[in-house]
Amino acid sequence: MLFTSYEFILFLVLVFLLYYLIPKRFQWILLLIASYVFYSYTGIRYLAYILLTTISTYLISRLIGELFITQEVYLKENKADLSREERKSYKAKIKKKQRKLLVLCLLFNFGILAVLKYSDFTINNINSVLDLLRTGKNISPLGFVAPLGISFYTFQTMGYIIDVYRGKHPYEKNIFKFGLFVSFFPQLIQGPISRFDDLKDSLFAEHSFDTKTISFGLQRILWGFFKKLVIADRLLPAVITIVGNPDKYQGVYVLVGMFFYAIDLYADFTGGIDITIGVAEVLGITLKENFLRPYFSKSITEYWRRWHITMGTWFKDYIFFPISVSKSMLNLSKKCRKRFGDAIGKRIPVYLATILVWLTTGIWHGAAWNFVVWGLLNCIVILISQECIPLYNRFHSRFKVGHTFYYRLFQVVRTFWLMSFIRILDCYRDVGTTFRMYGTIFTRWNWRDLFNGSLLELGLTMADYMVLLFAVLLILWVSLASRRESFRERLASWPMALRYISYFVLIISILIFGAYGVGYDSSQFIYSQF
Amino acid sequence: MKIKSKRILINISAVSLALLVILFIQELFMPKYMSEIPEGNLVEEYYKEEKKHDVIFVGDCEVFSNISPITLWEEYGITSYIRGSAQQLIWQSYYLLEETLKYEKPKVVVFNVLSMKYNEPQKEAYNRLTLDGMKLSKYKINAIKASMMEDEDLITYIFPLLRYHSRWNDIGSEDFKYIFSKDKQSHNGYLMRIDVKPVGYIPKGRVMADYSFGDNSYYYLEKMTKLCKDNDIELILIKSPSVYPYWYPQWNQQMVEFAKDNNLTYINFLDKAEDEIGIEYDKDTFDGGLHLNLSGAEKFTRYFGEILSNDFGLPDHRNEEEYKEIWQDKVEFYYAMKEDQERELKEYGYLKSYGAVAQSIEGDDKSNN
Repeated sequence: MLFTSYEFILFLVLVFLLYYLIPKRFQWILLLIASYVFYSYTGIRYLAYILLTTISTYLISRLIGELFITQEVYLKENKADLSREERKSYKAKIKKKQRKLLVLCLLFNFGILAVLKYSDFTINNINSVLDLLRTGKNISPLGFVAPLGISFYTFQTMGYIIDVYRGKHPYEKNIFKFGLFVSFFPQLIQGPISRFDDLKDSLFAEHSFDTKTISFGLQRILWGFFKKLVIADRLLPAVITIVGNPDKYQGVYVLVGMFFYAIDLYADFTGGIDITIGVAEVLGITLKENFLRPYFSKSITEYWRRWHITMGTWFKDYIFFPISVSKSMLNLSKKCRKRFGDAIGKRIPVYLATILVWLTTGIWHGAAWNFVVWGLLNCIVILISQECIPLYNRFHSRFKVGHTFYYRLFQVVRTFWLMSFIRILDCYRDVGTTFRMYGTIFTRWNWRDLFNGSLLELGLTMADYMVLLFAVLLILWVSLASRRESFRERLASWPMALRYISYFVLIISILIFGAYGVGYDSSQFIYSQF
Repeated sequence: MKIKSKRILINISAVSLALLVILFIQELFMPKYMSEIPEGNLVEEYYKEEKKHDVIFVGDCEVFSNISPITLWEEYGITSYIRGSAQQLIWQSYYLLEETLKYEKPKVVVFNVLSMKYNEPQKEAYNRLTLDGMKLSKYKINAIKASMMEDEDLITYIFPLLRYHSRWNDIGSEDFKYIFSKDKQSHNGYLMRIDVKPVGYIPKGRVMADYSFGDNSYYYLEKMTKLCKDNDIELILIKSPSVYPYWYPQWNQQMVEFAKDNNLTYINFLDKAEDEIGIEYDKDTFDGGLHLNLSGAEKFTRYFGEILSNDFGLPDHRNEEEYKEIWQDKVEFYYAMKEDQERELKEYGYLKSYGAVAQSIEGDDKSNN
């Protein structure tokens, strides 16, 4: 059920009405039922996977949680009898058991994800090697179809059990409430990846009909629809035309493709998240923000702090930090310092953790070499940027331009293009083609095509471009206006007539200029495929 | 309390105003079918009519192009209306008939059986030409449900702005001019064309593995038969004398058998077209035999009118005052249009304002089927 489908709108209206009509203590139960209905809409068999993850994680988190209680009771009861060493040893024994359980849960659930999403990718690579070796043997692909949002709910659930293991919060005793946390329908398709302690209070709370929250939620949904339907889906044909015909569209078209895809992906993903957060808000539930005006970032590191924030923090908290401070990494660091000196030695664990994080991030986005290379390119740029910091500092101490508007603008534009350059790897059919297209930017001089009407052959008319221009300028204006205070709070302070007119204009713009219905290929949210 | 009620009132007024504006925009965006594809107006024109007809025709272009109710009136005093539309599928004919019976009870219903060959929905564009014009009712909803292609949504028929929003770049003066009322295009559902394009090469029908009409087609034909019987209406099945698309003998036989089994009249006018009706395919069709022109339609109507009058005993209303005035206006409009078409044909060499282009597109499409 696509967020932009009529079925979803009808589904949402029904859930909304029931949600505020039934006794409040049943609200979360309604959400659980609605979430499973929503999920089974793509095929009832996929429900089995999410249930498997829910039940396995619930049971193991319960065992881990019970071990904490057992430990607490034991230590309390034997407080007087146990020495410090004995207490420490007992705790270590419990931790070891908990770790085994955690590893079991992680292996099981990431195993499901790996088999469903990556088995064919692995088999294809093995087959390529077998072909190279001319063995004449091949393994048949398994042809599994990954269930909707599996990367998102698996990461969210594994984040939960790691937090339980770390003692960050107790395990959820009610399996149905836990089931709702895993499957809450607005965030199932493309995140944000929530943390249990952030979400649980508002998810399980009883919510009254609050007009301000509901109208804020509706505004957010409308804004998301505007981005997705008016911008992303209108621009998509041009992106598809460029990346789908690499032999025809080279040189400047590659840059145009990068630019268009940057806008398309932003409008698509942030639009989807706006709808997600808006839907949750309408139900009185607060979800974490996933974006903070990422295209205004002045460096790639900053960009990744502001783009898909919940995924970035997930990788940081559950992969980067644990690896960086792991015993083996510390030992490695020690050895390297001895061998290569402090400067290099201390970098090695950080570098290794960074590489692993980006490799995983790439693979998480998709089972293809494009994404692996995409992840590694991000990693390389970040590491080079870090190494260049002394150079930048010297530059800034000599030329006092760091705080000028134009230098900051330069940084923003540079980061935008750098990210666009790397991001286009999502689109071309393989890594080789992408690099060939990178090459044509420098070898094929067809800049004249920008001005001779050739852009009108990409599946967009002049009227389409005009609509896109106005829509992008509107988004830009809203982004700029939200730098100091929430745009919605600002909007709420406008005179009623002006507010109503702006809502109405937004609705009409979506209705008229949205790329939906017959004649437009309804497009899935890009991130729902990751 | 006062402030609260004031706020509620403001909100209700704002929402109402917004809805009105959206409805206005919806009307503006609906295709008007005035200078092109006039068949898009056929279904909705019926609602403006005085609903006193002895005969109702349902079916595809082989009824709205080939039968002239004005000729039926002039020659036999029979009152009739064609609820036809482009590529009207049998379930659309059924629901249109069901809706018509809500307004009036004719003595005879004539159904052109060419659409029996379509067992499934065919094309969204043709669905629109039939369904958009229907008034919102349970009949329309049922017709939509039966007609929708896989990628269509019911709601886009109920709120057509969701379908036609993409016309924002094509809105022209015609859309503003005809936003609230349109000029009449048909003569009781008949779409007049006086131009001539003789029948040339007619391809034979392709050999088919199975000539049986589909279950869905039979289901609706049986429903139509029952509906007519329940309402004490004579149902006549006809195959109009269009020479293309090819009407297979095996299809004909199935209709003969169905009519026999259900005690209905089935007339295949193709068999009688040249010898008995007197149709000359070198001058009585405007698109090489797919549809009859005015001359052909009048010949066919005269022949069919005699059957209706003699065999089905339909009364002659020509001397009844309540009909006279209504039909006088229709007759005048009929001849005025004929004259205007003659003028256009002389001036431009083709019928510039009468959907000449549109008809040939439909013809191409029909010939592809």
